[in-house]
Amino acid sequence: MSSQIVPLIIIGVSVLFILGIKFLSSPKTARLGNLVAAAGMFIALCALLKTDGSSVWSHGWSFNYTLIVIGTIIGLIIGALGAYSVKMTAMPQMVALFNGLGGGAAALVASLEFIKGAHSGETVPTSITVPMLFATLIGSLSFSGSIIAYLKLEGKFEKPMTFPGQNILNGLILLVILGLCGWLTFNASGGNAILAFVVVFSLALFFGIAMVMPIGGADMPVVISLLNSFTGLAVAADGFAIHNNAMIVAGTLVGSSGTLLTLLMCKAMNRPVTNVLFGAFGSSGGAQAGAAGVVGTVKPIQADEVALLLAYAQRVVVVPGYGMAVAQAQHSVRELTEELGKRGVEVQFAIHPVAGRMPGHMNVLLAEANVPYDQLIEMEQINPSMDRVDVCLVIGANDVVNPAAREDKSSPIYGMPIIDADHCKTCIVMKRSMAAGFAGIENHLFYKDNTRMLFGDAKASLNALVAAVKAS
Amino acid sequence: MDTNVLFIFILAVFVGFEVISKVPSMLHTPLMSGTNAIHGIILFGGILVLADADTTLAMVLGFVAVIFGSANVFGGFMVTDRMLQMFKKKK
Repeated sequence: MSSQIVPLIIIGVSVLFILGIKFLSSPKTARLGNLVAAAGMFIALCALLKTDGSSVWSHGWSFNYTLIVIGTIIGLIIGALGAYSVKMTAMPQMVALFNGLGGGAAALVASLEFIKGAHSGETVPTSITVPMLFATLIGSLSFSGSIIAYLKLEGKFEKPMTFPGQNILNGLILLVILGLCGWLTFNASGGNAILAFVVVFSLALFFGIAMVMPIGGADMPVVISLLNSFTGLAVAADGFAIHNNAMIVAGTLVGSSGTLLTLLMCKAMNRPVTNVLFGAFGSSGGAQAGAAGVVGTVKPIQADEVALLLAYAQRVVVVPGYGMAVAQAQHSVRELTEELGKRGVEVQFAIHPVAGRMPGHMNVLLAEANVPYDQLIEMEQINPSMDRVDVCLVIGANDVVNPAAREDKSSPIYGMPIIDADHCKTCIVMKRSMAAGFAGIENHLFYKDNTRMLFGDAKASLNALVAAVKAS
Repeated sequence: MDTNVLFIFILAVFVGFEVISKVPSMLHTPLMSGTNAIHGIILFGGILVLADADTTLAMVLGFVAVIFGSANVFGGFMVTDRMLQMFKKKK
């Protein structure tokens, strides 16, 4: 392939990436968007250029090429197994893991280039050392941070881990890293440089762990989104270092759109991003603070009674939460809503922006259960009409319907937008027990006069409801 | 320093912001997953450095980078497609 055509191909590939992301932001074209981006990736692979301008594929075969093929196939198998075996509830973890691998790869690529430059004995220009160091730093941080985020979402050390002076220690580590990077920028040659580089790499790995450890499990989506944009920037920096424009464009697009996505997520939770990263939200101190304003008693209800309420209601709104997904109750929910639909009851789903473990996670889970997406109404659209809803069915959701966010200034979630489930005529909360939610905050909704609690496994309760509605 | 490359970078920053500014929150997860797949282009970086690797250390590190990048790009696109194939309208 002539080297004049390749830059044109890369421009085409960039357009495909941009269109792909664009299509991904509308439900109708989202799947196409993903395929468009994948096609761009394939074309870019075919046109892969070496630093000296020759095509990678034009060289004679060597052992290195065998390694490339074997490595790619191993990665393909790992990726495919992960992508097709993961349960939809565990989707956020999977994204975190893939992101971590990307970050690790970015750090390794930069390291190899760095070591090569240091061994050559020649002076490496700062326009190369700066992006290399940046990619190493951000990539390895993203790698270790994503693994911790993965483990946290898997339920390992879910609680935030904090100790006094943590932010100061992290700050000191960061200072050491930046100091070494500053020195390396101008002294990227010789044995000392490699030693300093290894220290930077290790400290960055450690910093990724130290950065994510104090953040609670509930905030992991924001962390993953942020690390996703970090990896994008690391890839772009690698693109600068090895002169690959496709990597610069793709990495930068991910970096900037990922940053915006992170900010949008924080906005949905009404918390500044700095608060998420340094606030250690959901720690035990915050959990007790919310319990103060609770008045009233918890009133249990039986399934038959709920079925009657539902069957003779005009308008029913379901507020699904992560608990519903964990109980694998999506299909039972759809069955119930279909049964109610047949009886002429208007059924809608109220989707909180951060329902599930990640914005949009709930939509994916309901889509998997064949709930048509035009039945899913976003929080801002449904809230004004909540007082005209006869029955609001809260299934496994907790913090996103907690009125403390509106009423209790001392609550750690005060100010977070919520679905006004307490405004409807009767609110049924389906819950396994009285345990607190993911954020560890007492829920005022459970004690309201118009709230009834239906205790038990969500799936079993829903099946009982379906049977009872059919019978009535 | 090649300023053209910086030019590309700056424009890409703004394009990245613009294209997703109107995305509904229901698509945040697929979008994150899709962009996650796009930075899997780091596989190319891995291929390029492995193609030129001449020491055992470089080969081992490059090999790991290729595996990581490949898992990122293939897994990323597949998992996103699996999520998105479920978004259907009522028949």
